[in-house]
Amino acid sequence: MTNATSPDTYKRLLEVKGLQTYFKTDAGIVKAVDGISFTLNKGETLGIVGESGSGKSVTNLSIMRLIPSPPGKIVGGEVLFEGKDILKLSESELRHLRGNDISMIFQDPMTSLNPFLRISTQMIETIRLHKTMSRKEALAKSIEMLKLVGIPAAEERIHSYPHQFSGGMRQRVMIAMALSCEAKILIADEPTTALDVTIQAQILELIQELSKKLDTAVILITHDLGVVAGMCDTVCVMYAGKIVEKAKTDDLYAKPSHPYTFGLIQSVPRLDKAHDGKLFSIEGQPPNVIDLPPCCPFHPRCHKAMDICRTKYPPTKDLGNGHEVSCWLFIDEKEHSHE
Amino acid sequence: MTKYIIRRLLGIIPTLLVIITISFFIIRVAPGGPFDGERALPEVVKRNIEAKYHMNDPLIVQYGRYMFDVLRGDLGPSYRYKDHDVNFYIFQSLPNSMILGAIAISLSIIFGITSGMLAAVKQNTWVDYLSMALAVVGISVPLFVIGPVLQYIFAMRLGWFPTSGWFRSGDGWKTIVLPALTLAFADFATIARLTRSSMLETLRSDYIRTAKAKGMKPSAIIFKHSMKGAMLPIVSYLGPAFAGIITGSVVVETVFRIPGLGRFFVQSSFNRDYTLIVGVVIVYSVILVIMNFLVDIVYSLLDPRITYK
Repeated sequence: MTNATSPDTYKRLLEVKGLQTYFKTDAGIVKAVDGISFTLNKGETLGIVGESGSGKSVTNLSIMRLIPSPPGKIVGGEVLFEGKDILKLSESELRHLRGNDISMIFQDPMTSLNPFLRISTQMIETIRLHKTMSRKEALAKSIEMLKLVGIPAAEERIHSYPHQFSGGMRQRVMIAMALSCEAKILIADEPTTALDVTIQAQILELIQELSKKLDTAVILITHDLGVVAGMCDTVCVMYAGKIVEKAKTDDLYAKPSHPYTFGLIQSVPRLDKAHDGKLFSIEGQPPNVIDLPPCCPFHPRCHKAMDICRTKYPPTKDLGNGHEVSCWLFIDEKEHSHE
Repeated sequence: MTKYIIRRLLGIIPTLLVIITISFFIIRVAPGGPFDGERALPEVVKRNIEAKYHMNDPLIVQYGRYMFDVLRGDLGPSYRYKDHDVNFYIFQSLPNSMILGAIAISLSIIFGITSGMLAAVKQNTWVDYLSMALAVVGISVPLFVIGPVLQYIFAMRLGWFPTSGWFRSGDGWKTIVLPALTLAFADFATIARLTRSSMLETLRSDYIRTAKAKGMKPSAIIFKHSMKGAMLPIVSYLGPAFAGIITGSVVVETVFRIPGLGRFFVQSSFNRDYTLIVGVVIVYSVILVIMNFLVDIVYSLLDPRITYK
C-alpha cells in the first residue's frame, strides 16, 4: 500500500454517512431509512439483510437517487462516491454516474426489462450512453457481455425481445447490461427472490464470479442469510430503517451480538442440526415505522429488553475489528451515565 | 401474419351477414311502418303502396329479396325519400361526414395525446391541472352546448368563421373549423385522460426504473421507453371512436347544418325507413369491423408480445 498514512481513503469507494430517507404519507412520516452509515471498499461484497420493509431497498435507491419523489425524500446525510457527494450532483452528473459508475439489478427480471424493445436495443443504448462507441462496436460489446453471463447463441438471441427469455436468462441479461460499462459498484436488489431455487444459485455464482473478474464492488440486498454467508465480506443488518449490527461476515455468524441478528441466524433452517420438528422464529411483527417513538424499535420482540430500550435508541458500540452493534446490552452503566 | 390477415378479412363477411339479418328483423318488430303518418292513409292507398314495395309478402321472402339485393350492392329504395335510393343518400352524405370526422379525430389525437403526456410528465403541476380541467369540460359538457358556444364566440362575436354552411361558396374550408373543433372536443377529452393514466402507469413500471438506473435522459425515457406501452390503451379506444366519428354526429350536423350521414341514423329510425336504417347500419358496421381489425394489427406492431398465427 503506497499511501501508508490513510490506507482507508485509498480503498474507500462508497461511503454512506447518516443517510435519511423519509416518505410523506397520509398516515404520517415514514422514516424508511433513518441515519444509516456504511462503507464499501474496492472489490468488496457488502450484504444488507433485513425483513421486508426494513429499508434495504430504499437505502440503495437513495444511493442512486431513484426514490420516487414525491412522496419520498432524502432528508439528510451524505453518499460519497470516490469522495464526491452523490446527493449534491446535478441531474446530468447524476446521469453520468448511473449505469456507468454504479449500476443496479432489480428483484424482478420479468418486469425490469422493457418488453417493447429488443435486448440488443436496450443493451446498445446503455453502452452508447456512457462510451463513445459506434452502434456496431456496441453490439459486439453487448454480445461479448451476453456470452460472459452465459447466454447460449448470444449472436442471434440478442435480437430477441425480453418475453422470449426465461426469468433466469432475463436476470443474466440484466447483469450483462449492468456490467457492460464496467461499473465500479453493482447494486443487486434481491436479485434472486423472483427466481426458482435452482436458478438462484447460478445467478449468485455468476454475480460473484463476474465481480471478481471485473473488480466490481457489490452491494447485495437480500433477506436470505444463507446467501450472505456464501457471498459477502461484510454484512449490515437492518431493522426498521436503521443498521442494528455491522460486521465481517465470519464475525457476524460466529458472534451475533444484537438480539435481532441472533434471532435471524437462529431462524435459518439447518440440516446439520437436530431440532424438535419446529422451526425457530422471532415472535411478533416488524414495527410500523410511521412516527416511531425514540426507542429501540426491536424492544417489543426482544427477550432481553430492558427499561431503557423503551425510551431511548441505543448508541453504536464498536466491538473491535469493525464489528459494530446498536444495542443497550453492550453499553455499560458508566458509559451511559457519562454521556 | 399474412394468413391471419386473410382469415380476419374473410371473417368480416359472416359478421356483416349476422348484423344485417338482426337489424332487418329488429326494425320490423318496432311498432308502426314507413307509411304510417300523423294522418292515416286511406286503406286502398296504403295497400297499393305496400304491394308496390312487396311488403305484403311473408317476412322471410322479403328478407331473401333484400339480402339478394344487398349482396349485389343495392341497398334498395328509401321508403321516405322518394327521389333517390339508399345508395345515393349514403354516397352523397358519407364523404362529408368522413372529411369532418377525420379532421376532428386527428385534432383530438394530436391535442389529446400531447396534453395527456404533458399532464403525466408534469403530474400535480398547473399543466396537469389545466389539461385535466379541459378534459373534464370536454367529457361533461354536451356537444350541443359546445357547438353554439363556439358559434357565438368565433362566428358572431369575432367573425373569424361562418356559423354554418358546408363548403358554401366564399367560405370554403373555413366552414369546417368550428364543427371539427366541436366534434373533436369529446374525443380529445377521453384521449387526454386515457393517455395521462396510461403514461403514469408506464412511468411507474419497473422497466422505466431500469432505464433511469442506466442513466437515460428523461426525454429518451419518455419517447423511447414509455411511448409504445402507453399508447396501447389509446389505440384500442381509437378503433371504435374512429368508426363512430367518421360516420357522422347528428348533433354537430344539426347545429352546423352539415349534409352528413349522422342525421340519417336518427331520422330513418323515426321514419321507420327500413332500408335506410339497415343501410346506415351496414355502413357503420363495415367501418367498425375494419377499424377493429386495424387496431389488432397496430397492436401487434406496437407490442412484440402479441403475435398472430
